[in-house]
Amino acid sequence: MIKLSRGFDIKLLGKAEHTFLPAKQPTFFALKPTDVIGVGPIPKLVVEAGSRVKAGEPLFYDKLMPRIQFCSPVSGVVTEIRRAAKRAIAEVVIEADADIQFHDFGKLDPSSVSREAAVERLLESGAWLLLRQRPFNVAANPDETPRDIFVSCFDTAPLAPDASVTMAGKEAAFQAGVNVLAKLTSGSVHLGLGPDAPAVFKNATGVKSTSFSGPHPAGNVGVQIHHVAPIGKGEVVWTIKPQDVAIIGTLFTEGRFDTERTVAVTGSELKTTGYFKTRIGASVSSVISGNLKHDNVRIVSGNPLVGSIVGNDGFLGLYDDQITVLEEGNKPEFMGWLLPSYARPSLSRTFLSFLRPNKVYHVNTNNHGEERAYVMSGQYEQVVPMDLYPQYLIKSILYSDFEQMEGLGIYEVVEEDLALCEFVCTSKQPVQQILRSGLDLVRTEG
Amino acid sequence: MKLLENLIGKVKPHFEEGGKLHQYYYGFEALETFLFVPAETSHGTHIKDGIDLKRTMFTVVIAMIPALLFGMWNVGHQHFLAMGELTALGDGLWDKFLYGAIKVLPIVVVAYGVGLGIEFLIAIIRKHPVNEGFLVSGMLIPLVMPPTIPLWMVAASTAFAVIIGKEAFGGTGMNILNVALLSRVFIFFAYPTYISGDLVWIAGDPSLFIDGFSGATPLGVAYLGGAEALANVAAHDYSLMSMIIGTVPGSIGETSAIAVGIGALILLFTGIASWRVMFSVVVGASVTALIFSAADLALFKDVPFYEHLLMGSMLFATVFMATDPVTAAQTTKGKFIYGFLIGVFGMIIRVLNPAYPEGWMLAILLMNVFAPTIDHFVVQSNIKRRVSRAL
Repeated sequence: MIKLSRGFDIKLLGKAEHTFLPAKQPTFFALKPTDVIGVGPIPKLVVEAGSRVKAGEPLFYDKLMPRIQFCSPVSGVVTEIRRAAKRAIAEVVIEADADIQFHDFGKLDPSSVSREAAVERLLESGAWLLLRQRPFNVAANPDETPRDIFVSCFDTAPLAPDASVTMAGKEAAFQAGVNVLAKLTSGSVHLGLGPDAPAVFKNATGVKSTSFSGPHPAGNVGVQIHHVAPIGKGEVVWTIKPQDVAIIGTLFTEGRFDTERTVAVTGSELKTTGYFKTRIGASVSSVISGNLKHDNVRIVSGNPLVGSIVGNDGFLGLYDDQITVLEEGNKPEFMGWLLPSYARPSLSRTFLSFLRPNKVYHVNTNNHGEERAYVMSGQYEQVVPMDLYPQYLIKSILYSDFEQMEGLGIYEVVEEDLALCEFVCTSKQPVQQILRSGLDLVRTEG
Repeated sequence: MKLLENLIGKVKPHFEEGGKLHQYYYGFEALETFLFVPAETSHGTHIKDGIDLKRTMFTVVIAMIPALLFGMWNVGHQHFLAMGELTALGDGLWDKFLYGAIKVLPIVVVAYGVGLGIEFLIAIIRKHPVNEGFLVSGMLIPLVMPPTIPLWMVAASTAFAVIIGKEAFGGTGMNILNVALLSRVFIFFAYPTYISGDLVWIAGDPSLFIDGFSGATPLGVAYLGGAEALANVAAHDYSLMSMIIGTVPGSIGETSAIAVGIGALILLFTGIASWRVMFSVVVGASVTALIFSAADLALFKDVPFYEHLLMGSMLFATVFMATDPVTAAQTTKGKFIYGFLIGVFGMIIRVLNPAYPEGWMLAILLMNVFAPTIDHFVVQSNIKRRVSRAL
């Protein structure tokens, strides 16, 4: 049991009720190349508008990683290839059939399949993308064997889904997925268990489990890797989320790429919150429309710290299992820094609301201040439960010092691990953006 | 508030691109963001902590208010004591406070006026937002001045501190040396007779003071005479209790341990100042004081180490100067080393050096210069640990 003391739990209004929303399945689904780091802006398309695909059939691939196929999460007709600036592909949109047809890959026994065959199956079905690689959080490299594979079985981010709901009924699929993963690595499959871990994780076999407790980011897989077996230079570790492990399990035991995902629909600006069973890349409109309290909202695919903004007609990200709807804070506040007109969460105790430690906050997206040079020190260290100096790491990225970046642990962190630093920063520095630029620099030129 | 918002909305186009007053945009922006937290929404994380630099600085100013208020009363009290009137503590509360306010508030106004004026000017010239750093320094500078300081000297030293000490390095967050201490150091070296000696600490006309009244601070008395001299001062009570309450001569804000202590509690509780720095300064100073008493020196004879902590500006410097986040060490381990060495050097300068009556200003400035070195070694040890683990 590893108890982590540093961190900060942000308690927000709008947690998902443990009920399933009565929304209909969305008609449109999309795959976004931008969800995967390292993919070029214009991947090679295998389909075009009007093509008919089954779930698991390829849509596009990156020219520099031709073995990894991006496959359709549903069956239907490709309606549109949405492009962004300079003809970059933003989304490949599919209009789904009412009844999903799956490409039949054939069953493979997870316990007896060879490593090569498992890798091939994952690559051709599109399930390979569910594996991500540390350092850098890019798509896993099929030509490499990772030292270990880590799965974090609980999520401590604000409004995050509860694994007891999202993993219900997936026990067999999860175990099958774990067996497949064990073949892929030379080391072990590590599970990071949270407090009150559901039986699906506790009863898993063929894994090394470690219990963690503590405030956010205890549920981040990067933090767990740091405490179990930190990544050194040259080492490669893969990470995957529990629902995706179950998807891999189903691929091998049933022979189809069934991208079913239970998504938490959360946020204070929704009339009803809850869970929704859908598939990867679902359009958010079916759960959002008619469910908003007003129009001045920010719809985020993912959690409020790391998620990306999608519009009313946007799509769930490849790795996301949460939709958050926040109020936009685009109104000026008179003397807001001196006499705040509404309670807001803070790491410091300069707001009276700290007197109620269990207070749940209604937040908005206001920046609460302007960007300044670094003045305060020690704030980042208070919310990162790892043996590294985040502020020095960010500064070393800002002046592009490679040796210092490596020495300070850039291989061990990705944006989600330092997202809390960006939240607490008094100087409102864009920490995640700086970190990503540093990671890209080391990845491409290191 | 809508009225104010509309007013600002009407004036703003003049300062924006194409407006006649566009070159003064950042001056306008400073006032606008003072009145209204901007409508800017977050990029990166979608929610942000409620704290910002303005609120942080404001909390520090609040923490200094007890020292300011007591200081104003004390300036009046010392004046009337020197005139032989209203000698009891409770006498003429309002008269003393009013007298002190008349002496102190102009210094505060000059410090803020000159400092903020320079900051606005430089922000407009360099085209960047006015940073909030001076909100705190502007209050610190008066609190470390003697009440008899001429106002033009306050202005000159503030200008020196802001221009040479801060803006030359790049503004708030970039300075190496503590800005408020630089203003005091400027006067100390350029006009030493105005900031040291006996009578500078007492406001009023010296020819009207009662016979035999010396305005010497407890520090000045104890330096040569030790504990015995402290007990025998005629017109003052330099007992431990009066040093804790602060009814002794000294700079405006430094005398009262209780007032500074309230400020320390505010800063520690809100998490704005580092307890590590405060704690290790006290430890470093106490250890050094104990070593000196064990060595039985002729100076500060029989003065116990805890009395050392109450004399002079030690507590004020510990709580408000050493903890300045920009100039202190920034790693958690480094803060302990930084604070401890401030305590050691401050005590050494105070006790062993005949030229300087008080050591904290110089000790803190010295450690400000060394803080990046301390951090460098702490960070290097982290890097070595990581590299050795990888191999």
